Amino acid sequence: MIQHGVGLRLIQALVGGDIVIRSRLKAQRLAFLFLMGCFFFNYPLLSVFNQGVDFFGLPSLYVWLMASWLALIVQMAWVVERGD
Amino acid sequence: MLQGWVIVLASFGYLGILFAIAWYADRRADAGRSLISNPMVYALSLGVYCTTWTFYGSVGRAVASGIGYLPIYLGPTLLFALAGFVLVKMIRVAKANRITSIADFVASRYGKSQFLGGLVTVIAVVGVVPYIALQLKAVSNSFAILSSYPEIIMPTMSGAVPLLQDSALYVALILAAFTILFGTRHLDATERHEGMVAAIAVESIVKLVAFLAVGVFVVWGVHEGVGDIFTRAYAVPEISSRLATADSPAAYGTWGTLIFLSLFAALLLPRQFQIAVVENVDVSHLSRAVWMFPLYLFLINLFVLPVALAGLLHFQGGGVDADTFVLTLPMAHQQEALALFVYIGGLSAATGMVIVETIALSTMVCNDLVMPLLLRVPQLGLAERTDFTGLLLGIRRGAIAIILGLGYLYFRVAGEAYALVSIGLISFAAVAQFAPVVIGGLFWKGGTRDGALAGLAAGFVLWTYTLLLPSFAKSGWLPDGFIAHGLFGIELLRPQHLLGLTGLDEITHSLVWSLLVNLGFYIGVSLQRAPNMREARQATLFVGGTEAADIPRWRSSAGVADLLPLAARFIGLEKAQVAFASHARERGLKGFEELPADARLVNFAESLLAGAIGSASSRAMVASVVTEEPLGIAEVMNILDEASQVRSYAREVEEKSLELTRATAELREANAQLRQLDRMKDDFISTVSHELRTPLTSIRAFSEMLQEDPKIDLTQRSRFLGIIVNETVRLSRLISQILDLAKLESGRAEWTVEAVDVGEMLSDAVDSLAVLFEEKHVKLEIEPCESGLIVLADCDRLIQVMVNLLSNALKFAPADTGYVKVGAGGTASEVRVYVSDNGPGIPIEDQKLIFDKFQQGAGTSELLTEKPQGTGLGLPISRQIIEYFHGRLWVESAPGSVTRFVFTLPRQARDNDANSK
Amino acid sequence: MSRRILIVDDEPNIVLSLEYLMKKEGFETAVAVDGDDALSQAAEFTPDLILLDVMMPKKSGFEVCQALRANPAMAATKIIMLTAKGREAEVAKGLALGADAYVTKPFSTKDLVLLIKSHLA
Repeated sequence: MIQHGVGLRLIQALVGGDIVIRSRLKAQRLAFLFLMGCFFFNYPLLSVFNQGVDFFGLPSLYVWLMASWLALIVQMAWVVERGD
Repeated sequence: MLQGWVIVLASFGYLGILFAIAWYADRRADAGRSLISNPMVYALSLGVYCTTWTFYGSVGRAVASGIGYLPIYLGPTLLFALAGFVLVKMIRVAKANRITSIADFVASRYGKSQFLGGLVTVIAVVGVVPYIALQLKAVSNSFAILSSYPEIIMPTMSGAVPLLQDSALYVALILAAFTILFGTRHLDATERHEGMVAAIAVESIVKLVAFLAVGVFVVWGVHEGVGDIFTRAYAVPEISSRLATADSPAAYGTWGTLIFLSLFAALLLPRQFQIAVVENVDVSHLSRAVWMFPLYLFLINLFVLPVALAGLLHFQGGGVDADTFVLTLPMAHQQEALALFVYIGGLSAATGMVIVETIALSTMVCNDLVMPLLLRVPQLGLAERTDFTGLLLGIRRGAIAIILGLGYLYFRVAGEAYALVSIGLISFAAVAQFAPVVIGGLFWKGGTRDGALAGLAAGFVLWTYTLLLPSFAKSGWLPDGFIAHGLFGIELLRPQHLLGLTGLDEITHSLVWSLLVNLGFYIGVSLQRAPNMREARQATLFVGGTEAADIPRWRSSAGVADLLPLAARFIGLEKAQVAFASHARERGLKGFEELPADARLVNFAESLLAGAIGSASSRAMVASVVTEEPLGIAEVMNILDEASQVRSYAREVEEKSLELTRATAELREANAQLRQLDRMKDDFISTVSHELRTPLTSIRAFSEMLQEDPKIDLTQRSRFLGIIVNETVRLSRLISQILDLAKLESGRAEWTVEAVDVGEMLSDAVDSLAVLFEEKHVKLEIEPCESGLIVLADCDRLIQVMVNLLSNALKFAPADTGYVKVGAGGTASEVRVYVSDNGPGIPIEDQKLIFDKFQQGAGTSELLTEKPQGTGLGLPISRQIIEYFHGRLWVESAPGSVTRFVFTLPRQARDNDANSK
Repeated sequence: MSRRILIVDDEPNIVLSLEYLMKKEGFETAVAVDGDDALSQAAEFTPDLILLDVMMPKKSGFEVCQALRANPAMAATKIIMLTAKGREAEVAKGLALGADAYVTKPFSTKDLVLLIKSHLA
């Protein structure tokens, strides 16, 4: 899914990051998390966890997705809720 | 034993509670204390994203494809990470332009094109109505399954149930009533529905808790934790094979497509746009939603896989549809209450989606489809109609009923057909067609109406051909030959392998082609010409953000007389007047009558109307007034051509230069006035200082003489000291009168207003001066006057006036032969008081002058042989006081005759006490 | 022979104090209470020095000063203007109209006497 990365660059090139949640920095941190998410939730990283390895009896791909998803949400919360 | 009536009662009870919540929130909103102005409520209401497709369908998807259900929720999570760039901007733009729906957003962005708004509406209706049908089906099925408890029987073909026994029909009817009640309660200029949002937020909680309850029950009630479920599942080869996700490029491609698709769906589905953008109370709420909404999605998906596996384990051998596991697992374990709760959770997922989606669609249908069409038909005579509010509400209510009717009809027809089962993603793919024009419109100024139309139309056609028609064919409604062999037998036209493209699943295939062509046409056609002035202006408004809001949208003007009735036709006279009045206040004017006929007013009226009927219709309606044409769309469209734009531009330049000239003249005048005031203030200060220095001069001179010459004899000495004392008294009186006058003139004086009996007040004043009159041997008499002369005034202040007038009279009346008369009389409306003396009189030319400050009637008077005593402030102060109580004070005199000072005050009706005596 | 001083002011108490002051210094005094009076007294009394108030009924001190200076017979008469309006512009106006000095009220009696003596020396 390279569309995400291209899309973001396109967007940033067009707006210069001028639209923000409360500050330019926060919006950019969130955009960085967006990129991280695109990386976490897609090929090739998924393929790495899709090798049939179990994680305490659970499929590793499932564990990876749920864990990285939750981690992403926590980081998003951290970015918007803390001060600059 | 769950009887049918128990389930029905529970359903109605639940809907009743929702109704009460919505009603209460609306009441609070009317009272100005919004219940939903809260980031938590905003985040929860976004949970409308999760429909029965999530509530029941996620488990079904998990059974079919392992973790394949997850991308639908990862996409929205990623969208909210981009909120700072996309959502914030969308909300701000939508608020600034009073956008009412996604169709309105697109229409407004590309020059307020009615045609474009109509196209978006059509796509949305076609794409979303089947999705509504899916919700009705889920409720109907869950009802059927639950009412057969304790047996677990899959419902028969939905379409087979007789119409009047079909629970889905009743669900549709109730939802229509509910939606009409809360969606179209009144026409609002902002098109927001607080009650609905509050109800949706509650529904989000209910469905989440219900799902978590099932999850907890299945994982820890039935099994011994998540690990236990997975271990057991692995033991069954048939199940463990489902857990594996294919490690192939195609599988990852599908996965990525779904993330991408759901990302756009969470933004562009009419219900998501409605909740996230239109119903947003405050853009700052978004920052909390950035993590709360993804967290909501995470939680509602937490137990999907365990429940799916547990279902598979329990219902080995099939016979139970995986889409019903959430409901059938508690039933299979005899958990009646939990099963009922799950049913309610599913009901809330369905109703939330249906209500919001229907409101959003009905707004679009009304504003962007029906109204523009109606206004185009001159025979209907709508242009002359004075009140549109009823018509608008009628259209919306009709639209709601029709949309739900269509949804129900589709459900009856489609039943178990493939076209309905797979509609979730097909819907997503339909609204994804809005992505290029919406996202492009927010960040690229070059897009034109033609480009947007071409892109949307091409994308829609390709979506229909590659996704919708094949789903119809698979349902058996169309001959399916064209799927295998292509249209007209042309291989390259096979809808799911267009131009021979293979290796992609149908959704990805459709999305690749439709979005590629959509984007290509959008950009390619847009680049054929530069945006015209209207497109460019809207582009600046959208791309440049709200700071561009000052750009004039109109080059001509119309007055309140035209615009207020126009607005009143659509939103009602009272609301229109309130809105115009608040606009006037914003501009520092007292009332809307004072609003000038300028472009700003026209802009205001247009955006006010836009909230009720959408931006494109609003523009056409306002144009009909501004150009003074009876309303022909053709004429209205004429103002769009370049020639008339140039004409009106020239007119604007002329108008501006006239305005400038006017403004310059006004400024000059204001400046002159300021200078005049400055001079007057200077003169006043100089006069005051003169008046203060004069007594000071005497005081200083005599004091110094007394100090330097100790040998001054006693009589001389006491005479000098007497002068010093008198001058000091004069000085103090002067200062207190100056302060008094300053207070009166600046309006800071304190007043005690009461009913004053003028007769009593006169005798009080006369008594206080009697001794002075005796000393000078001047006769003072009060002429008898009628009783009950009541005025509303400050008694002490009136006595002050009387003392002033009496001292003046005494001052000028000759000693020994002088006499002063005081009297009062009244007419029905006023009380008249006079003080007359036989002094030397005041020449006509001085009669005005004496009321000026520091003029003592001696300026040019030949009649006074010596300078009068006094400060020259008594009469100005008296006049201020009398005028404060809406009276008048003047003098009637001629040299040699009687001088008479008169004042009048409005008469008060005798109060009740006096009457009863 | 004692010097003659004409006191022109419409404020009786100020006239009284000036009269007393001048007599004590041995000057011969006359009093005028308005502008017209001042001109006729000046002609009759032929003072060596005039103490002239500016704000007066009928004719202002400035007008009186102008009229006096227009009369060659009065060329030698010293004029000291007295005013309660202490604005710069008025001082300049008085001096421009031919006054010899300008005193702002309230004044120090000692300084006024010194000023008068210096002008009569």
